[in-house]
Amino acid sequence: MEMKQIKHHLTESLLLAYSAGTLPEAFNLVVATHISMCDTCRAAASSYDAVGGEVMLEGAPEEMAENALAATMARIMRADPVDRTPPVRVANAVFPAPLRDYVNGDLGDVKWRKVGGGVSQMVLKTSDDASVRLLRIPAGTAVPDHGHRGLELTLVLQGAFVDETDRFAAGDIEVANEDLNHTPVAEAGADCICLAATDAPLRFNGFMPRLAQRFMGI
Amino acid sequence: MLIEMAPLAKADAVPVMPAYKKAGKAQSRSTGADKVSAEATTKRMAWVTQVAAVRDDQDKTAFAELFAYFAPRVKSFLMKSGASPDLAEEVAQEVMVTLWNKAHLFDPSKASVSTWIFTIARNRRIDLLRKQKRPEPEDLPWGPEAEPEQADAMGLQQETEQLGHALAALPMEQRKLIERAYFGELSHSEIAAETGLPLGTIKSRIRLALERLRHTMK
Repeated sequence: MEMKQIKHHLTESLLLAYSAGTLPEAFNLVVATHISMCDTCRAAASSYDAVGGEVMLEGAPEEMAENALAATMARIMRADPVDRTPPVRVANAVFPAPLRDYVNGDLGDVKWRKVGGGVSQMVLKTSDDASVRLLRIPAGTAVPDHGHRGLELTLVLQGAFVDETDRFAAGDIEVANEDLNHTPVAEAGADCICLAATDAPLRFNGFMPRLAQRFMGI
Repeated sequence: MLIEMAPLAKADAVPVMPAYKKAGKAQSRSTGADKVSAEATTKRMAWVTQVAAVRDDQDKTAFAELFAYFAPRVKSFLMKSGASPDLAEEVAQEVMVTLWNKAHLFDPSKASVSTWIFTIARNRRIDLLRKQKRPEPEDLPWGPEAEPEQADAMGLQQETEQLGHALAALPMEQRKLIERAYFGELSHSEIAAETGLPLGTIKSRIRLALERLRHTMK
């Protein structure tokens, strides 16, 4: 995957939580997809893994069962020989591998559903402690002004959007919480494709968007 | 993590005696060695050599040595993360089976063996205790020239050793918070942005290793 100039990165606490393995699956997917596009965050995530390794070494060891090594060797010998062929690389994919796993394909395979205002989405199946969806916002279109009750991660995969805080292009991730009310607008040019995860319903400001929310399910 | 995923392009492109097997010399080349006991880094390089012996020769003695050190620590980590002693025993054995099967994916210029084993244990924990899939970043394309330089491997082992020392030197309360995060006791919002851990140098080192890898891909 081609590396892009990425300006907006993961926060330290998200990187640590991803490494510790405590994020909901929906957030893990957004984090893994961003890291696939961003070597800065890949290096940071590996550093937090190194911390995890040292935490693991610090604790007092627990004695293994008496026959543990023999049992483990027996498992290894029983198993099929290891396949060391590298996975097939998908040339010119828009979506990084972790996202392709959840979509069951690339951008062209997304089953879009219209949700109003020209915006389309596909909800991806994850554990229900948070939700994640692909969003397609036509160039020049605004997503209704909304606030957040929980945490919302928005990763741009194609195109760009601008909101009150900054411009977000492919590879950029916006981390939003209760403090942010924003109206993201897709830039002119290409449709903006985003991967967005949240652990609480969005809160739309205004009656019409609230009505739309009932249909969009976000 | 990436270290688990990075495949070798051709298994037969692996040199019989990887550069980092000839342990010893490169130590004087790296900076910061004075801060870390040379003995501890030698121990880490010995783990690297043992994993290479498992990879290249299915060396059971090397595996037994890794097992004796790491299995009880993986078991302890899993019990602190909420697994029963029986489950922790079972999963610790599974983790060691994975080490055997995936030894060809381990890259000592991007992780210490302790880091790599932690990521395997963490992923099994998410799988078993949280019943969730763990999306992982896309692996990096891995060319035949990508066999890491001994100096890179040695440098990363030293950085990880230093990180372990920095963790141990943190004020008790701070260290407990980090440990609780990795044992899965803290949610993302309970994790402070500032850990007090000096991650800058290890991050830059991994970042450089990634840049070199991308350069060889061109």
